[in-house]
Amino acid sequence: MPRTKSKRQQQIEAVALYPVDWLEERSGLVGGLKYFLFRKVPAETNWFHTLGSATLTAFIVQAVTGVILAMYYKPSAELNPETGVPIAYESIVSITNDLTLGWLVRGMHRWGASVFIILLFLHMGRVFLFGAYKYPRELNWLVGAVLLLMAMGEGLTGYLLPWDQTSYWATVVAININANAPIAGPFLGDFLRGGQEIGAETLTRFYSLHMLVIPGGLAALIALHLYLVIRLGITPPPWSQTAGGYDAQPNGGQPTRSGLVTPGPRGNGNGRPEDGA
Amino acid sequence: MADDLERPGEDVESQDPAAHLPAPSVWPFGFAFGVALVLVALVISSLLIVAIGAVIALVFGFLWIRAATREVRGAPPPEPEPEVVEEEEEAEHDGPPRLSRSLFLEGATIGVGAAIGGIVTLPAVGFMVLPAFLDQEYEKVDLGPLENYPADQWVVAKFRGTRKQPDGVARRTAYIRYNGQQEGTPSFTILSNRCVHLGCPVQPAGLTEEQAKEVETDGGPVEIFKTAPSNFTCPCHGGAYDTEGNRTAGPPVRALDRYKYSIRAGRLQLDEPYSVGKVKGTGGNAEIKAYDLVDPGQHVDGPEQFFYPYVP
Repeated sequence: MPRTKSKRQQQIEAVALYPVDWLEERSGLVGGLKYFLFRKVPAETNWFHTLGSATLTAFIVQAVTGVILAMYYKPSAELNPETGVPIAYESIVSITNDLTLGWLVRGMHRWGASVFIILLFLHMGRVFLFGAYKYPRELNWLVGAVLLLMAMGEGLTGYLLPWDQTSYWATVVAININANAPIAGPFLGDFLRGGQEIGAETLTRFYSLHMLVIPGGLAALIALHLYLVIRLGITPPPWSQTAGGYDAQPNGGQPTRSGLVTPGPRGNGNGRPEDGA
Repeated sequence: MADDLERPGEDVESQDPAAHLPAPSVWPFGFAFGVALVLVALVISSLLIVAIGAVIALVFGFLWIRAATREVRGAPPPEPEPEVVEEEEEAEHDGPPRLSRSLFLEGATIGVGAAIGGIVTLPAVGFMVLPAFLDQEYEKVDLGPLENYPADQWVVAKFRGTRKQPDGVARRTAYIRYNGQQEGTPSFTILSNRCVHLGCPVQPAGLTEEQAKEVETDGGPVEIFKTAPSNFTCPCHGGAYDTEGNRTAGPPVRALDRYKYSIRAGRLQLDEPYSVGKVKGTGGNAEIKAYDLVDPGQHVDGPEQFFYPYVP
């Protein structure tokens, strides 16, 4: 049934679309966003495929809460002359106990860190078990591995920042473990400590690494990771016909999978209709 | 889109022969090696290697510039021009042969950009890395008059190990025993409390005075507690040491580090710490295998010293 729009409806539509068209004409961003949102994905995607975006969400939570915490946290190992307590630890206590909603945002950052790492591993396990690291996605696996290492670097550097006994001695131990790495170990230990002993410089350089260096690298690599996901498409689960090397119903539904003995025909694996060859 | 994903086994190599030409010159690699050598030598404080690296960098840099500007200077080319240039010359009409302008600008842009990037980046990276390695020395610490250290009595001494750090992280602890006079000079056993497994603070297993004796020194007050340890244990991973610092149980890989000491005007002065492989004998008669201070977890003797950690 053809719908006719009233004149008023058409006017409203035109007003709403004008800024969108303006933006599209000058940037192509709208088309890019449409391509991203409406790209084809395999029919058999399931909840396990959401682990990657869950990890991304956890990262965004860490970034936002971290930026806000940085407005109140003071990375100084100096003692407050009035109380005799290190300023860094005092600022953490103040965020947690005194400032409005500080307990919540710090709690989100502190527990969200564990969530981030856990989701990273679950996502990695999904990719491994689904064989999603195979050709042509090997590069994205490698990028993901670097992302995992950087996330753990965030964990190491962030753990020191409360500057209490636990974080201090945990960092002593962690740096000494690093210092035992072959070849670069002793240099790495001195670099992380900022000298031969843990001190005020360790706290400030861990702060810089934690909130500037590593997050910058993480954000850049996440962008590359997502670009590759969009370019290469999403892997169907291993039980899907497409992943097995068939388009749907290649020969009347008869299984012809040759499995381990002889390599089966290579499907395009990414569910794109134009991938014929 | 689909054709971008070439499959292994398909012949894709013949399409772009220029991509497989050898790199035009080895000079940039030699130059980079020289610069890297200089940086490494700065880290290990070897002026000789700095000089060698500088010479390598200068020589290769000069050769690189010479090779790169060969065409501009009108020197004969060392080998036939790559195809790219020929193609461009073909495209040009008949005129005097010339280095294509675009190629020169391309090279100049990349070269100048790299130079600017290097000028900005190298000092910044040096500032990030080098202060952690240069001018690192243990300060000498005054631990007060000798009368505070009775013979054959262990004490816990808590002191400020460095003036460069705020008080909290500058605190150090040592376990000190006066062994009496040894050939006319006072003999001390001074153990560092840094566990040689992974650096946690080892504790004396024995009763310790609750009230410290405070001794005033130029470097701030030194707190001295008498104690009577049967051994030393580490709270983190269960390392245990006897009263000479030899490992008796747990994961530590060597004996506890010790401090050198000297006597200045009747006062005990703590000098730099050193690492210990094993201690035979006790007290003033102890025979100590001493090594330069290394990080916890690192072997100083035996075949393991070459592998934990492996440093070429």
